[in-house]
Amino acid sequence: MSQKKLAIIATKGTLDFAYPPLILATTAAALDYEVTIFWTFYGLQVVKKNPDLKISPLGNPAMPMPVPMPVLVQVLPGMESMATIMMKQKMAGKGVASIGELMSMALESDVKMIACQMTVDLFDFKHEELIDGLEYAGAARFFEVAQDADIVLFI
Amino acid sequence: MADSTLDAKGLNCPLPILRAKKALKELAPGQVLAIEATDPGSAKDFESFCSQTGNTLVKASEAGGVYYYEIRKS
Repeated sequence: MSQKKLAIIATKGTLDFAYPPLILATTAAALDYEVTIFWTFYGLQVVKKNPDLKISPLGNPAMPMPVPMPVLVQVLPGMESMATIMMKQKMAGKGVASIGELMSMALESDVKMIACQMTVDLFDFKHEELIDGLEYAGAARFFEVAQDADIVLFI
Repeated sequence: MADSTLDAKGLNCPLPILRAKKALKELAPGQVLAIEATDPGSAKDFESFCSQTGNTLVKASEAGGVYYYEIRKS
């Protein structure tokens, strides 16, 4: 049985959207897939050495809230930090892995990570700010990975 | 009898699978890993994990919200 391959493009940098690429990547690695994640645009926030990912109820009417909260309250200073802290507590309480844990597990299981050099330039990120072991490349490199993959996901 | 036991109680998806994968690495082919979990999704997930990795799900049961699995390493 030849090794299956999964390629993911991860474009989002909020706490909630950091989960899908890392959950799928680590699980696929556990299923013996060779996995590559191409981090681009806001997804680069997830591969920072010290990521500070947040979640916001603003503009996200699907987010379950402990108490109904009018939009005008959600814009108040500190609401984003509060929502982030509450979400992290809830996740820890439910035995959901932290992003840090999932990232370590992904790296441990040899998930390959490519950072989009164009976005690195666009956002003025320095390679030193991002985790070690990233490959820096562009769209052509992604297609080289994707054309060989059994599953390709855009997140 | 299991050769090794993994306590995955209280852990949520995908942690039980990831921990099981790690624990299986320590075993020799033919040895059995016993797993206890509380994630209800783990029932289907361990079936899928085994069918895709070639390991054998020897036993799967549930009692009082605790799921018990035995996986024989291929």
